[in-house]
Amino acid sequence: MSGGVELRGVSYAYPDGHEALRGIDLTVGAGERVAVLGPNGAGKTTLVLTLNGILAPRAGTVTVGDLPVVKEHVREVRRRVGIVFQDPDDQLFMPTVREDVAFGPANLGLRAAALDAAVADALATVGMSDAADRSPHHLSFGERRRVALATVLAMHPDVLVLDEPSSNLDPVARRELAEIVLRLDVTVVLVTHDLPYALQLCDRAVVLDEGRLVADGPVSEVLSDEATMAAHRLELPFGFTVAPPAHC
Amino acid sequence: MGGAHRHLLIHEAGPLHRLPAQCKLAATVLFVFAVVATPREQFWAFGLQAGLVVLAALIGRVPLLSVARRLVIEVPFLLFAVLLPIVGRGPRVDVLGVSLSEAGLWAAWNIVVKGTIGVAASIVLASTTPIPQLLDGMERLRVPRVMVAITAFMLRYGDVIGDEVRRMSIARQSRAGSTGRLGQVRVLASTAGALFVRSYERGERVYLAMESRGYTGTMPVRSVAASVRSWVLCLLWPVAAAVVALVAWGLQ
Repeated sequence: MSGGVELRGVSYAYPDGHEALRGIDLTVGAGERVAVLGPNGAGKTTLVLTLNGILAPRAGTVTVGDLPVVKEHVREVRRRVGIVFQDPDDQLFMPTVREDVAFGPANLGLRAAALDAAVADALATVGMSDAADRSPHHLSFGERRRVALATVLAMHPDVLVLDEPSSNLDPVARRELAEIVLRLDVTVVLVTHDLPYALQLCDRAVVLDEGRLVADGPVSEVLSDEATMAAHRLELPFGFTVAPPAHC
Repeated sequence: MGGAHRHLLIHEAGPLHRLPAQCKLAATVLFVFAVVATPREQFWAFGLQAGLVVLAALIGRVPLLSVARRLVIEVPFLLFAVLLPIVGRGPRVDVLGVSLSEAGLWAAWNIVVKGTIGVAASIVLASTTPIPQLLDGMERLRVPRVMVAITAFMLRYGDVIGDEVRRMSIARQSRAGSTGRLGQVRVLASTAGALFVRSYERGERVYLAMESRGYTGTMPVRSVAASVRSWVLCLLWPVAAAVVALVAWGLQ
């Protein structure tokens, strides 16, 4: 039911010449949950923006489900790939929560009862139904993050991309968000520095550094590979250890 | 700065709260036009028009005291009007021993009375209509969608940017920023610059987020059509004010 994502030899350079992505090959299967790890400036956000056609790769192809990410499919691609950005204040720009959640599905052509149902569904999924008529400004940070997730879920994406979803959340809000994400039946691409969060939410992890994929494997294997981790400025927070997966 | 608008709405489910925003908005604008068109020499006419605003406030369960308090926003504009009789030319009259220009007095009276009634009318509107509904109403009234969108963004991000200013100023004070007048001005200027850059960058990120959700240049509309009854009810006010203005002109 939910589609996967395939990147083949994807490269991207910013207008100033900075090469953010250098030949990325990555296949995310339908329903898979993949963590994208890497130090600051590794190209994680650039990678995310190529997934829904906001940035067009200089070389290589991106495919979402059966659709290549090109101009003529951009509308459907943006329905299929839902991105939750890091700062909910960037994502929530309408006067009320309800209007904000309705923005995406309305752009897809939903109206009246179908639109109301999509909004109600999405808000119920993130447990924010009571906030529908409030202004985003009056919500707590954790609540805003959940509403930001709802704005994307209302479009029924096949692939959910979360950019640093746990940043600035208190421990309870962090856990609540994880519970919501784990309940969803979608492909998940989780971009994060929060390695325990990646371990909790994902089956697989890839490490991106200087625009290249340098590691790819089961999340516990990647996180327990101390040499690779150290080489790419990744480390578990104090007091955490991850046992490597038992090989049979 | 930001956030003042959310205190304008008075949370009381009065009958005016339930009327569609587009009717109230159109009625308020037309009412103000009628007031402005009334000849300034007919004092009684302004009494009646002020009475209409008071009546609307009473029906809408807006406390008159709060309308009066909010009228204070008008004061800076009135200062200009107060100057007119002093600097005005032409024949002069003595008021309490001060020689004032007659034309200036008329001009000042004209500004004060029409301004006050107009501001009072918009206070009643703002007290009985939530901001999102006002925006919907603007769209229904065919206000260009770009303008509606800009207004909506301004209201949404006024709060966010206001918070940013507060955080920046706390950070500055925490580092014992200079307290002298001149020093403050310099710091303020650089804060404004930093704020501009930040807001500009935020604008780009907001646009990315909008594009990611399928934005192609038009904002979705979600307002409802108003019934003929609501239109008639709301338009009673501007019609009454216009009748007063017409009679006043007839008596000129």
